[in-house]
Amino acid sequence: MTNTQILLSIAIMAVCTLLTRIFPFLILPDHKKTPVLVQYLGTVLPFAIIGMLVVYCFKNVSLLQYPFGIPELTGFLFVVLVHRWKHHLLLSIGGGTLLYMTVIRFIL
Amino acid sequence: MTVAAEQTNPLKSKPKIEALKAAFPYSLPVMVGYVVLGIAFGIILTGKGFSWWLAPVMGLFIYAGSMQFVAVDLLSAVFNPFQIVIMTLTVNARHLFYGISMLNKFRSMGKKKPYMIFSLTDETYSLLCSAVPPQQADENWFYFFISALNQVYWVTGCILGAVGGSFLHYDTTGIDFAMTALFIVIMVEQWEKTSNHLPVMTGIVISVVNLLIFGPKNFIIPSMIVIFLILSLFPEKFRSRIST
Repeated sequence: MTNTQILLSIAIMAVCTLLTRIFPFLILPDHKKTPVLVQYLGTVLPFAIIGMLVVYCFKNVSLLQYPFGIPELTGFLFVVLVHRWKHHLLLSIGGGTLLYMTVIRFIL
Repeated sequence: MTVAAEQTNPLKSKPKIEALKAAFPYSLPVMVGYVVLGIAFGIILTGKGFSWWLAPVMGLFIYAGSMQFVAVDLLSAVFNPFQIVIMTLTVNARHLFYGISMLNKFRSMGKKKPYMIFSLTDETYSLLCSAVPPQQADENWFYFFISALNQVYWVTGCILGAVGGSFLHYDTTGIDFAMTALFIVIMVEQWEKTSNHLPVMTGIVISVVNLLIFGPKNFIIPSMIVIFLILSLFPEKFRSRIST
């Protein structure tokens, strides 16, 4: 690709990315009353989507091959338990990450 | 008179600073995650022979983690605008649903609203859903600073990776677990806020089923469609006891 083509490609990607983000705001502008179904979806979707994003993070884990997802499970349990116990953002996330990094170094 | 003057002045400027102070701790996990992923992106981009400054340009204007990684492949191929459009729309299709939860939150944001929409990444969306603005801070500025700080981290990471990536000799394998941990923490906090766990369990189960059927590369869009349909079909089951 030439430099012009590269910049043009980046511009296309920027516009298309923005399109996906702006879409709900275009079809449901402020001056229109938001339909009840959409209001309801707006409140329940965050719960369902966070579940999906967590699954997304573990999408490449194989339970059938060594190390059988043990590092991921260890990290997951640490973050859940420590966060329920202390509710300390950095402790849960920093600790969980360090633990995960340690486990993959010992187990692989 | 003096009392009134003293009260209006700090009230006008203080909530902004308070908002930044309150937003910063919320954004810390994203800082770790975005700087690390941004560095990885910068290294890959320059590793393919592209100029370093393309990394911050893409971080500023595209600002979509997974899309930028796909972009490296697209830029390395023959110029094909049609393919770029299709790929970008598909990779980012999940963003179509994020705005639905932000319609009310962004309504009163005025001049900040376009930026809030532009910068709605997975991580920013999750933070905006769960972060609670403190009373002394202006809530619109609080949300704005969360979004803006996140992009600062991402662009910083892109630059670090593109400029200094080859000088990094630490083995940082696995540090991207920070992002996973952030999503887990948000999930735990949502879990504690409500007694109706059906929505999150639905999200997990549907995603796992679709992951098994479609594989790791293609499961997000079918998952979102099924989640959307199931939530729409049984509102009375999901709505009860949820307060946000």
